[in-house]
Amino acid sequence: MKIVIMGCGRVGATLATMLDADGHDVTALDIRSEAFKRLPPGFKGRKHTGNGIDQDVLARIGLAQADAFVAVTQGDNRNVMATQMAKQLFGVRRTLCRIYDPIREEIYRELGLETISPTLVGARMLKDLLDQEPVAAESEV
Amino acid sequence: MYVIVVGAGKVGYYLAKELLEAPEGHEVLIIEQDAAKCDRITLDLGDIALVGDGCEASTMATAGFGRADMVIAVTGDDEDNLVVCQVAKARFNVPRTVARINNPKNESIFKLLGIDTTVSATAAILAQIEQELPTHPLIPLLRLKGGGLEIVEVKVPQSASVVGQRIGQLLLPQQSLIALIVDAEGTPRVPSNDTMIRAEDQVVAVTRRESEDALRSVLTAPTPAGARGRDQ
Repeated sequence: MKIVIMGCGRVGATLATMLDADGHDVTALDIRSEAFKRLPPGFKGRKHTGNGIDQDVLARIGLAQADAFVAVTQGDNRNVMATQMAKQLFGVRRTLCRIYDPIREEIYRELGLETISPTLVGARMLKDLLDQEPVAAESEV
Repeated sequence: MYVIVVGAGKVGYYLAKELLEAPEGHEVLIIEQDAAKCDRITLDLGDIALVGDGCEASTMATAGFGRADMVIAVTGDDEDNLVVCQVAKARFNVPRTVARINNPKNESIFKLLGIDTTVSATAAILAQIEQELPTHPLIPLLRLKGGGLEIVEVKVPQSASVVGQRIGQLLLPQQSLIALIVDAEGTPRVPSNDTMIRAEDQVVAVTRRESEDALRSVLTAPTPAGARGRDQ
């Protein structure tokens, strides 16, 4: 699969590395070229420095030929805008959009985007762990 | 009308000010993250500023998006303006949304995503430049040795007053001479005094460098209103 990942922060770089190891054709896009330092030396994919909400940039990296687009920059709104451009302007079949703000995430899920809110996911996981605590404490005694 | 403005930069500030001063007496609220900017607005324009992130649904609820007649997003970031307007529509059914865009190419995607109006200063300035620049410029083709003469090319626009006139009638600048005319079909003609100028003719002329502007004006200037036939 040809996959474009916008935002090469911790999550973006880790995801790009995983997909590259699985043999996918990965393009990492970030507005700052230093971000690519997070990628391992053996990374076989492409690295593009550019603004992911500029449609000229998206066209240049061949987004129209991509099978999937993942938006994981630090900005919820950038992710929302780029994902909608990938869907509507470039016809990318599968798009994933990270939105920290749970309310905004719900709104855009209702509007038809495939979204994930790490805030909700993270908080739920932490809560689950806390809920399990009495059991763990008991077993230690 | 209840108008909510998101972003208190210069555009937002003067927009809010004008709306307040309008004889219709609009109710205006301006949302801005920077508390210092909000303080300045309160000082200048009264209690119309709300400190907060205009992209957050909680801020929007506090601001009363639900009863807004119009939401205008004028922050410096296109993506923020998009989200403000989309959420205003999807969550609060705001009847009219206006977004400022910096990249004029974003106009189509904003329309596609349901934003009612986009305003681009970049596009507005570009349109002005296109008007100011002569659309039928004079192109210098070759400078002749000595005497300050050169060969230039001008395309005669549809609106030019010379269309339909004979070359003998034209008041060309001194030491200027029409050497060749290539018509819209691409047929070259060596002109005489009786040759008629037609729209879309490519005129190749010899002129002095300092007469370039005068020559272009003769060949491209539109007929002034009410001045038809003045030269006859």
